[in-house]
Amino acid sequence: GKDPNPGGQTEGSKWQKPRLSRKSLMKCCLVKWIIASTTQQGPDSSDSDLELSMVRHQPEGLEQLQAQTQFTRKELQSLYRGFKNECPSGLVDEETFKTIYSQFFPQGDATTYAHFLFNAFDMDRNGSIRFEDFVLGLSVLLRGSVTEKLRWAFNLYDINKDGYITKEEMLAIMTSIYDMMGRYTLPSVRDDSPFEHVEKFFQKMDRNRDGVVTIDEFIETCQKDENIMASMQLFENVI
Amino acid sequence: MAAGVATWLPFARAAAVGWLPLAKKTMPKPPVDNSSRSDEILYVNVSGVRFQTWKNTLDRYPDTLLGSSEKEFFYNEDTQEYFFDRDPEMFRHILNFYRTGKLHYPRHECIQAFDEELAFYGIVPEIIGDCCMEEYRDRKKENQERLAEDTEANEAMDAPLPPHSTSRERLWRAFENPHTSTMALVFYYVTGFFIAVSVIANVVETVPCRPPKGSVKELPCGEKYQLAFFCMDTACVLIFTFEYLMRLFAAPSRCKFMRSVMSVIDVVAIMPYYIGLVMPENEDVSGAFVTLRVFRVFRIFKFSRHSQGLRILGYTLKSCASELGFLLFSLTMAIIIFATVMFYAEKGTKGSTFTSIPASFWYTIVTMTTLGYGDMVPNTIAGKIFGSICSLSGVLVIALPVPVIVSNFSRIYHQNQRADKMRAQQKVRLARIRMAKKGTTNAFLQYKEDRDRDSDSTALCVKNKSAFEHQHHHLLHCLEKTTNHEFTDEMTYSELCMTESVGFRTSRSTSLSSQQGAQNNSTGCCPRRARRRAAMRLANSTVSVSRGSVQELDTLHVKTTSIPPQTRSSLNAQADDLKLNCGEQDFTAAIISIPTPPANTPDESLPPSPAPIPGILRNTRATAYTHDTVKISSL
Repeated sequence: GKDPNPGGQTEGSKWQKPRLSRKSLMKCCLVKWIIASTTQQGPDSSDSDLELSMVRHQPEGLEQLQAQTQFTRKELQSLYRGFKNECPSGLVDEETFKTIYSQFFPQGDATTYAHFLFNAFDMDRNGSIRFEDFVLGLSVLLRGSVTEKLRWAFNLYDINKDGYITKEEMLAIMTSIYDMMGRYTLPSVRDDSPFEHVEKFFQKMDRNRDGVVTIDEFIETCQKDENIMASMQLFENVI
Repeated sequence: MAAGVATWLPFARAAAVGWLPLAKKTMPKPPVDNSSRSDEILYVNVSGVRFQTWKNTLDRYPDTLLGSSEKEFFYNEDTQEYFFDRDPEMFRHILNFYRTGKLHYPRHECIQAFDEELAFYGIVPEIIGDCCMEEYRDRKKENQERLAEDTEANEAMDAPLPPHSTSRERLWRAFENPHTSTMALVFYYVTGFFIAVSVIANVVETVPCRPPKGSVKELPCGEKYQLAFFCMDTACVLIFTFEYLMRLFAAPSRCKFMRSVMSVIDVVAIMPYYIGLVMPENEDVSGAFVTLRVFRVFRIFKFSRHSQGLRILGYTLKSCASELGFLLFSLTMAIIIFATVMFYAEKGTKGSTFTSIPASFWYTIVTMTTLGYGDMVPNTIAGKIFGSICSLSGVLVIALPVPVIVSNFSRIYHQNQRADKMRAQQKVRLARIRMAKKGTTNAFLQYKEDRDRDSDSTALCVKNKSAFEHQHHHLLHCLEKTTNHEFTDEMTYSELCMTESVGFRTSRSTSLSSQQGAQNNSTGCCPRRARRRAAMRLANSTVSVSRGSVQELDTLHVKTTSIPPQTRSSLNAQADDLKLNCGEQDFTAAIISIPTPPANTPDESLPPSPAPIPGILRNTRATAYTHDTVKISSL
């Protein structure tokens, strides 16, 4: 605004009205607060939404998958159609997986076992199953040789994927399987039923009694067991 | 089963390979799937509009028309397509349901037409997705109400009474719906008339009448014609008392009736008269008696039985109670503030009417509500300034909450409706999920029964099950074999736990128990309860029973009556031993697990805490079956 008289303000000088310029207005804290409260929020929140919807995955080509798995072209097409219909983004995360798997076992709690299963399928451990993981796993389970299937089962039981099945790992797996049975069973599942089962398993599988089961012990023992070998053919015509 | 679950079933079955090395028993054979596995495109012609879809898509929902074999009835051999003579517009939505798993309700369609299409294609409307569910329900309710109004207008009569109703029920009905019988209508109008008479009499008896001869002072009519008014009052009270007693007699739940608002009003309306009869003509007490007569005005509330509007008003006030409370509270705050200010502003002046703060309350209220009687007026300048601020703010304080209350009322009313709707929807959804789960379980249990009944003939078991169901049951069966436990349903489980008693055998089962009792080391259900029961039985034992092969059980005393075998046989109408069989294993093992069965001491106290016993039952299992279900004496 206008400068006051160089002589300073005396009683006789006119009182200068301060000019209401934009600059001086912006200095007022009340004005600043009003402006701040009425502007839009920052664009951070909308960005994250955009990000999530962009996450999707396209599988490798049909020929590549045909080469990697034992499925025919038609089977792969049918599988992908079902998979894509359920998971349009092309990825299955763990929660969805648990929900889906739990629907098959209405009486019990299948989430723990689903967690182990998820880790068995999610081979690159990135937290979601892509179509390739899905199809590769299925290929082993349905069209693989007995050794491959046993290897897959071993991989499932070996929770930390260190090549050894310890009693704790087996107990965790067993507990989760018994959890799937639920409460209303005949006979009722006791607290130590999984533990007993684990003991029997280790008695059978652990040849050198070192407390862990290695892949070779496992495969060897299973190959000697007729029941197991016979049952391996059971699920071949699933797809 | 939910939507795309069918897609994942092959995956779940494949993953069952993980159970194979662990299985305790051999796995069952998979169901034979004769249908061709390759997927094909189906052609569906709906009134000329051709739709094409994969067969798998339609197979996702096997309990609908398109997903089951029912669609074969509509197959046209000449054109190699399925022909439906229905609305193609609607069919688009139906088909999208199969494709996406979500059923949407098209807003421009008539709700009844949509319902009919859903019924035709065998789809339950509860599957409508959340996005369209509210709209669907609103439209449906609106439609129903409209139809109901029409039918109500057509029929004037209520539904006739159910036959063989007692006189009490009929009386209650007559009171609640006066339109049902002429007697009730007459009574209704008579009571209405007497309520009016009573209220008018109360009012009139205070009007000053001409003074009686020989006196100058004007008397209220009540004192002049005391006898007449007394007789009228007596008649009214007699009628009201009679009505109240009849209602009390007819009420289906007397306690509830006595607590209801209307009955309280009735009591309050007639009490003063009786108290007045009882009370002596005493000067001191008559003051209180006069106060009591004020309650006679409550008779006017009896009109609310006769007027729907009054009831709605009452409900409105009740529902807006919090808003009204807030209004009152803010008014009280303002009154206190202004009264204090006015008092201190007017304190000094001579002859001021603002003698105390409570006295100033009156001024504040009168000013804020813009009444302005003028009996208390500020004289000081400060008082006048604050008085004007008070009146201005009064307008604001009173005017503001009123629209808020109105809009609140409307919002709360609709919100309540929506909350009730959502709660109902939620209940329905949960019930649906529970039923679906139970359905699956029941289907599986039924499958097991069928399978065990005719184990060699597989043809009988097929019935109407889809391939999906076969495969799912096979999967559950594999799980059973892996863990060597069997699925059962809640009823059977609880029944077994309830009726489990050690000595509970029937003759046909002894042979089976001898085969399997010995080697099976799985435990029985509720072993803790078994222990407790056994212990209690030890305390009250009379009979000891030894059964065939299970000799260890001699030491435990057991009561047997005829009741348990009856319940058993009622369980399995087909005389199937399977469940019994499983029961056997439970009970033998349950007793075996008890460490020290003290032999013949009936006075044995309860055994020590179960800590040393191996295999302590998980708390989660035992909690549901606590002591209250134990009936020792009956067994």
